[in-house]
Amino acid sequence: MSAYDRDAERQRMLSRRTLVLGGMQVAAVSALVGRLYYLQIVERDRYSMLADDNRISLRLVAPPRGQILDRFGVPLAVNEQNFSVTVVSERAGDVRQILDEVGKLVPLTEADERRIQRDLQRSRAFAPITIKENLSWDQVSAIEVNLPDLPGISIDVGQVRSYPFGEALAHVLGYVGAATDKDLEKSDDPLLTLPGFRIGKGGVEKQFDSALRGAAGTQQLEVNAVGRVIRELSRDNGQPGRETTLTLDAKLQHYVHQRLSAEMSAAAVVIDVRTGGIQALCSCPAFDPNQFAVGIGYDAYQALLKDERTPLINKAIAGQYPPGSTFKMITALAALESGIVNADHRVTCSGHIELGSHRFHCWRRGGHGTLDMVGALMNSCDVYFYDLAQRIGMDRIAAMARKFGLGDKVGLELPGERPGLVPDPAWKRRALKAAWHPGETLIASMGQGYVLATPLQLAVMTARLASGHVVQPHLAKSIEGQYREQTEWPRIDVKPENLAVVLKGMNAVTNIPGGTAYKSRITIPGMEMAGKSGSAQVRRISMAERSSGVRKNEDLAWRERDHALFVAFAPVDAPKYACAVFVEHGSSGGGVAGPIARDILLECQMLDAARASVAQQPEPATAPSRPDAGSTGQ
Amino acid sequence: MSLDLSIDRGAMTIGEKLGQISWSLVLLITLVASIGFAMLYSAANGHFDPWASRQMLRFGVGLVAMLLIALIDIRFWMKLAYPLYGIVMLLLIGVDLFGNVGKGAQRWIDLGIIQLQPSEIMKVTLVMVLARYFHGATLEDSGRIPFLIPPLLLVGAPVALVLAQPNLGTSLMLVMAAGALFFLSGVRLWKFGVLIAAIIIAVPLTWQFVLHDYQRDRVETFLDPDSDPLGTGYHITQSKIAFGSGGLMGKGFLQGTQSHLNFLPEKQTDFIFTMLAEEFGLVGSLFFLFLYGLLLLYGFIIAGRCRHQFGKLLALGVTVNLFLYLFINVAMIMGLIPVVGVPLPLISYGGTATLGVMIGFGLLLSVHVHRDVRMSRRGMGDL
Repeated sequence: MSAYDRDAERQRMLSRRTLVLGGMQVAAVSALVGRLYYLQIVERDRYSMLADDNRISLRLVAPPRGQILDRFGVPLAVNEQNFSVTVVSERAGDVRQILDEVGKLVPLTEADERRIQRDLQRSRAFAPITIKENLSWDQVSAIEVNLPDLPGISIDVGQVRSYPFGEALAHVLGYVGAATDKDLEKSDDPLLTLPGFRIGKGGVEKQFDSALRGAAGTQQLEVNAVGRVIRELSRDNGQPGRETTLTLDAKLQHYVHQRLSAEMSAAAVVIDVRTGGIQALCSCPAFDPNQFAVGIGYDAYQALLKDERTPLINKAIAGQYPPGSTFKMITALAALESGIVNADHRVTCSGHIELGSHRFHCWRRGGHGTLDMVGALMNSCDVYFYDLAQRIGMDRIAAMARKFGLGDKVGLELPGERPGLVPDPAWKRRALKAAWHPGETLIASMGQGYVLATPLQLAVMTARLASGHVVQPHLAKSIEGQYREQTEWPRIDVKPENLAVVLKGMNAVTNIPGGTAYKSRITIPGMEMAGKSGSAQVRRISMAERSSGVRKNEDLAWRERDHALFVAFAPVDAPKYACAVFVEHGSSGGGVAGPIARDILLECQMLDAARASVAQQPEPATAPSRPDAGSTGQ
Repeated sequence: MSLDLSIDRGAMTIGEKLGQISWSLVLLITLVASIGFAMLYSAANGHFDPWASRQMLRFGVGLVAMLLIALIDIRFWMKLAYPLYGIVMLLLIGVDLFGNVGKGAQRWIDLGIIQLQPSEIMKVTLVMVLARYFHGATLEDSGRIPFLIPPLLLVGAPVALVLAQPNLGTSLMLVMAAGALFFLSGVRLWKFGVLIAAIIIAVPLTWQFVLHDYQRDRVETFLDPDSDPLGTGYHITQSKIAFGSGGLMGKGFLQGTQSHLNFLPEKQTDFIFTMLAEEFGLVGSLFFLFLYGLLLLYGFIIAGRCRHQFGKLLALGVTVNLFLYLFINVAMIMGLIPVVGVPLPLISYGGTATLGVMIGFGLLLSVHVHRDVRMSRRGMGDL
């Protein structure tokens, strides 16, 4: 073969193979074109949706929680700015590592870690999870500076619930906290799944949660790959929480709290006798709801739980105690209404009474001598009421007690109210499977034995006595036009002249020398109060102790001392406020609870007087529209 | 050959050579590069900095280099093939020993003005040296196995060095471009069969002993992209979303959400065509592929019109390289093949890759200008 032929053959082969190569390239490029067609035409809609999924982040907008105000508009629960650091897990990549990085800038406790892990499991990958709230400025800026190295991390400005009155209103307002798994089961409100969202956990915050909470809004955000928000595409703010006005008087509440704080453990309720509006409701000791709003530490919470003075329990509505002698008005009214006795009925007290083989003692060992009904109330003579009890029987007493709000929940808008107990033979058969002893009627007639009442119930009882109307206690004055308080109540089904006898007796207690609480009277004309003391035994006094001399309260351990109670209303002539004071193991109703009741009722009236005089004067232009919550107005 | 009517282009003046340059090809190259500038401008959210401006500068330098190369006699380049190959091999060794590590691989040498990736230069140098070797080869030569041993070593040495960097994409391109030249030089198909069989046997061994974890991940992710949606598969998923959401007409210049919101990774380098497809849709992508196809067509035409073996092989080699860049890059970002990290020349941001293809185009133009020069079997001719 010649060189020419060889060369020509080679050229032909090269041309052939070049053609093959070109053909392969055309085929390959055709494959690319086919793929382009598939992606950009066939699958276009699916990928467009995915692209929008990528860039559009739908976020729930938490509505601002409604404020809680007192009857004069003083804010009791408000929202304050709160900086928090959040993470979006799908953008963070290795969440664990990112959390460790953040932990170097902001210390995270074990409880934080647990909560974060829980939120991570519960939330979808695109939802921001709160790592830590209530950051200081230093922490905020430390994180801001490091944001480029912290994918998925961002700083949020949120709102935290704040309670300006702190402990004073802790039990009434309750507090807010994160939704528990149980809360989530009960409600399908999407807001609950929003990490960091708080719902009412007690008190008014829980009772009116749906009104205070509002409804979720939504926000469409354009975000980039690392979760940074580029712009807002649309926003629906939802329904902000509704402002709730309570019947409370913040200044009075503040005063009552301070007054009760002097005691180991106490509770008091002040109620408007005509409207039933709660003016003040306080239980001491309390807790700081602001701590709960930001998340209370484990140790602090344990300390509250273990305190024998039960700071977490609202004793004003959930504490059930024997009402002691404050119950005697009920026995007296039951007797008068029965027609078996009248106000002139006289009993001679020798210090005790015999019933069967038992001897029932009066609190005064030597006896009171002969007393009528007013005198018996004034001296709180036990023997007189033993006598009444024997004559009218337990059923009448129990029926009268229920008429005045004892023995069942009075229905105040607060969670956790307890019913107390008004015993009668039927109840004892049902509950204890035992027969009623006549002696138990005697014990019950002076508010001991099975009888239990909450301070709230005693306040309601007193309000009904003072007003002669079946006032229902309530806390909500108005909720942004959705609700207005009821202020008119029907007359109570008791003869006015019988009621007058009892009120006269209560007046004698405080305003006639020799009355058990004469020392605690109000001396300012027109502001006088009427009341009734009560000291409830919490231990049994044995015969042996009685014979050797009953030990004085001062000699007993705190836990064994008598409860001190006092119910009162003022002013005597035109009752406006009723008050019940309970001092746990306070020893003496007249001596300890009486002065507190007096101070509270005096404060009520002083505040009214001060407000009336301000209202009469032309207001200066710069005067603040709300009364200052801090001062007591004395 | 007795009936040679051609003029000796080796004796042309500079002016004649300038006249012979295919200015339409130069224009086409500039047009494709300009599309690249526009995409880099978009990748920086509507700014010339940091990418578009620097890429324009590099292209300008590359353009001058290309024209200079085009004007220099093809026989000179043929003479230079082996020495150049030697120099680039030294650079490759140097980069393995002293190179800077970028993205987990030793790939570039910092020369001050430019961060040189010798592996990119090797793509064109290997084509030169193989074209040089096969220039004088007859079909009998190509049939003899001993004759094929030296070129296999010429290919194997740089491939091994690039694999060691480790740079799988470039190694594959070197192998495939070399394979094309072997094929064009008349090596019998059964020999490719034997080689492929050997590779198939070598794959499991390579998998086990040569590949790095991240490379294994990439292959595994390709086989099952959903297994790791936030890792390597994330890039391809996001790239496909960008393609798909671009639709027929695209979202508009500077309007690509996937790219501008950073869902698309590496949008200024490997994934720049994705961005183009997102912003200009199927119409834009097809137009771009058409322009690139024209570039390839020029390569084939120039090879066809060249009258010497070296020029033909060189032109075809350069064209095959260009094709491999295009196919591997585009197929990769559309999820057809695993992510191997190959840029799209003239479009992707990157100094050496641009320089490499501009040298290639320069050689292509030189082949065209000197298509009719006389060359002996040994390739020296009379310069």
